[in-house]
Amino acid sequence: MSWEVVIGLEVHVQLNTASKLFSGSKLSTGAEPNTQASLVDLGLPGTLPVVNREAVRKAALFGLAINADICRHSVFERKNYFYPDLPKGYQTTQLAEPIVGAGVVEIQLESGEKKNVRIHHAHLEEDAGKSLHEDFHGMTGIDLNRAGTPLIEVVSEPDMANAEEAVTFARKLHAIVTSIGICDGDMSQGNMRFDVNISVRKPGEPLGTRTETKNLNSFRFMEKAIALEVERQIDVLEDGGEIVQETRLYNGDTHTARSMRSKEDANDYRYFPCPDLLPVAITDADIEELKAAMPELPDSRKARFINDYQLSEYDADLLSGSIATAAFFEAAAKAGGDAKLAANWVMGELAAKLNAEEKDIAGSPVSAEQLGQLIARLKDGTISSKIAKQVFEACWAGEGNPDDIIEAKGLKQMSDTGELEKIVDDIIANNAAQVDDYRNSDDAKKKKKIGFFVGQAMKATQGKANPQQLNKLLQEKLQ
Amino acid sequence: MHTKTLTELKAGLANRDFSSRELTEHFLARIQQYDGDLNSFVTVTDTQALAQADAADAAIAAGKAGLLTGLPIAHKDIFCTEGVRTSCGSKMLDNFIAPYTATVVEKMAAEGAVMLGKTNMDEFAMGSSNETSYYGPVKNPWDLERVPGGSSGGAAACLGARLAPGATGTDTGGSIRQPAALNNITGLKPTYGRVSRWGMIAFASSLDQAGPMAQSAEDCALMLQAMAGHDHRDSTSLNEKVGDYLGALKDDISGLTIGIPEEFFPDTLDGAIADNSRDAIRELEKLGAKVVSVSLPSIKLSVPAYYVIAPAEASANLSRFDGVRFGHRCDDPQDLEDLYKRSRSEGFGDEVKRRILVGAYALSAGYYDAYYRRAQQVRRLIRDDFARAFEKVDVLMGPTAPETAFKLGAKKDDPVSMYMADVFTIGVNLAGLPALSMPTGFINGLPTGTQIIGNYFREGQILNVAHKYQQATDWHKQAPAFGGAQ
Repeated sequence: MSWEVVIGLEVHVQLNTASKLFSGSKLSTGAEPNTQASLVDLGLPGTLPVVNREAVRKAALFGLAINADICRHSVFERKNYFYPDLPKGYQTTQLAEPIVGAGVVEIQLESGEKKNVRIHHAHLEEDAGKSLHEDFHGMTGIDLNRAGTPLIEVVSEPDMANAEEAVTFARKLHAIVTSIGICDGDMSQGNMRFDVNISVRKPGEPLGTRTETKNLNSFRFMEKAIALEVERQIDVLEDGGEIVQETRLYNGDTHTARSMRSKEDANDYRYFPCPDLLPVAITDADIEELKAAMPELPDSRKARFINDYQLSEYDADLLSGSIATAAFFEAAAKAGGDAKLAANWVMGELAAKLNAEEKDIAGSPVSAEQLGQLIARLKDGTISSKIAKQVFEACWAGEGNPDDIIEAKGLKQMSDTGELEKIVDDIIANNAAQVDDYRNSDDAKKKKKIGFFVGQAMKATQGKANPQQLNKLLQEKLQ
Repeated sequence: MHTKTLTELKAGLANRDFSSRELTEHFLARIQQYDGDLNSFVTVTDTQALAQADAADAAIAAGKAGLLTGLPIAHKDIFCTEGVRTSCGSKMLDNFIAPYTATVVEKMAAEGAVMLGKTNMDEFAMGSSNETSYYGPVKNPWDLERVPGGSSGGAAACLGARLAPGATGTDTGGSIRQPAALNNITGLKPTYGRVSRWGMIAFASSLDQAGPMAQSAEDCALMLQAMAGHDHRDSTSLNEKVGDYLGALKDDISGLTIGIPEEFFPDTLDGAIADNSRDAIRELEKLGAKVVSVSLPSIKLSVPAYYVIAPAEASANLSRFDGVRFGHRCDDPQDLEDLYKRSRSEGFGDEVKRRILVGAYALSAGYYDAYYRRAQQVRRLIRDDFARAFEKVDVLMGPTAPETAFKLGAKKDDPVSMYMADVFTIGVNLAGLPALSMPTGFINGLPTGTQIIGNYFREGQILNVAHKYQQATDWHKQAPAFGGAQ
């Protein structure tokens, strides 16, 4: 009998506010250690937190985006534990009364099947600093620049049954938080971090013991880590063993995981409401204001793409999934004047190239405007699709705008019928045998055999012949 | 000069009877001469004090005097003061020089106050006798073998001995009022949120409140006028208009209704203490006040509730003292756990450790509901009791402390009996109300005090009542023989 996999996710989403959750320090990546840490961030005696309303607003906006209840009086609590990069000896977070209550996120799988993943809640909390274990000769350095960075932790119900569902859900969350502009979504900077709770069971049986694999920071690692852990659990159970409730760490470089701590080592965090902070009040008016300001969500963007650009559901889903991709597509479609071509290029050539070079669409060497220009030239027949690929490569390599490249390299399609006619006449005159062969063939064979003449013409024009014109001309002359 | 009140000194400065430098030098000299016996200061900041005094004299000369210009003030060593050691009475912070200044200190400096130094206190404000200080106990100027009360014991003792004319204190469960009573001075704990907690090292955040301590209610009004106000850096600071405390002193108190909570006069109370407070209330009746009996049935639960809530908050507040970034760090730590364990074991005294343990226990899984949650429920009951009482009365009165100053060491090994020293003051902190203690006489040569509790933000009214009493009596003018204070 096969195994059933049960997966739940806890996702840390870093909010892109100007300052930290409880202090006025700037959020910054790459600053010199401890240069973005104020008296409050250092946990100096006598300092007090003041909640950042912008972080509250962004957390509530997320709640509205997943149709969740927004808590009108959410409460910050202290989670007590000692760690060198946790300056106060407690993390200020939410537990009993989180800002975002139960909600739901719809995902669409590759098969086209749709599924709802329920959100248990999402809460606001501050991030810790970083411990630096290198360069200190057996000691540990502490960098508190990150301490106090606002996060929302999104906790799902255990509604996912395999890695595909989990990754699709994670991507959808990424699409939502970037679409509503509350998170920059840069995975390489840890803007989103995933903890995956996994258990397996035989169908119909109660939930199995779960493990938690922490701090996965890419969709790819997440997929691999889930596969690895599912396989491990099944192996253990099939060998008659038991799953131990534990926290595991996945190493993406070696594709291995190890136990970090078991339930027995778990801290008693002694949560209690933080007496330095009042409950965070959100009024009906605040909610109305947020609803009115809600940016377009991935689902409605997808519907719009289908409707406005006549894209297929599959194309629309792919293109609306990330706000950066969607924005790129729309800009290219607009500049190029052809949405279908833009969609094909963004999902085809561009995606392949980005993938191959492990680049983000935001860092694409070919801009949306450049791609649009390329599409426009393709559409008006200035270049053929074969030449377009050549132009794209040159543009990717930084050789300039498509128009300049076409001009500089003389890649314009030969659309002057007189010139093309002369070339075709020459080919027919110089290849009498092939002409006879063609003329004696039936229609089906003719279709194949015309390729020879097309090839010759393309060779003679260095690919610049307009294929439609050429075909027409050849067919006429070979009659 | 040292027998004068702040109000009198302010007039003297305005009248150019003496300069702020002369005044400051005088008090610095007295501290130099007498504090060896009293131990009320941890740090004396002579150089800064004289510089501030000179600036004050210049301001007075230029006609730009603020509320407190040129007046010497002693700050409790719980307030961070930039560039000056801020020890909180603990070995943990013996090496801590604050890189910033508390709002209270800043606001008073902005009004021209001169800081004499930092006063001794129970370690992290945990104590009622000032015996838990790393810097040794403070002595009571009325009897050097007795405690000054705590935790603002240094502040109260230096005022009693006239080593300073005004001092700041903090009150979490009675830490301004109880030592005020034991040293024959006046001290006010304002409404929670009236005075900013920014820069005040936290003991129990939901209870801590800074306030003025001085010879008279009038002086306390003057100081509070400078201390009070909203602070955007403290989320629990309330955005309520600051009253005209000095103006309120003149109000007529005839028709005032004083409530006497029967629970403040239990059968077990020392008869002399009870009589003393009843006499003080009778004095106010003579001035036209009405007296009614009220009941605060839940107040008997205030000490147990407090000793869950305050340690629980403290257990988290004191976690930042881990030897990593500031404060005491043990020598040669072997690993992280060793660093934590030894730094904290060495840096904290017994009472602080006791409260951290109690607090951590009360918050532990399986005990939270029985202790912390229950204590919060009791807290609400106490608040409701007070609210009901204030529907009928303007102020509540009773003894500040159940006894006069006890002998040094008398309660050292009996924490519960020590905790009972705050039996009448703690309820006010749990409810967040303002309350003042004023001198109301002597029992066997030792001062005793009476507490006036007001409704939220009615500091003006409390000060008014105390001021009227002090105009009619002279208990508050009595000074001890020690150090030529009389």
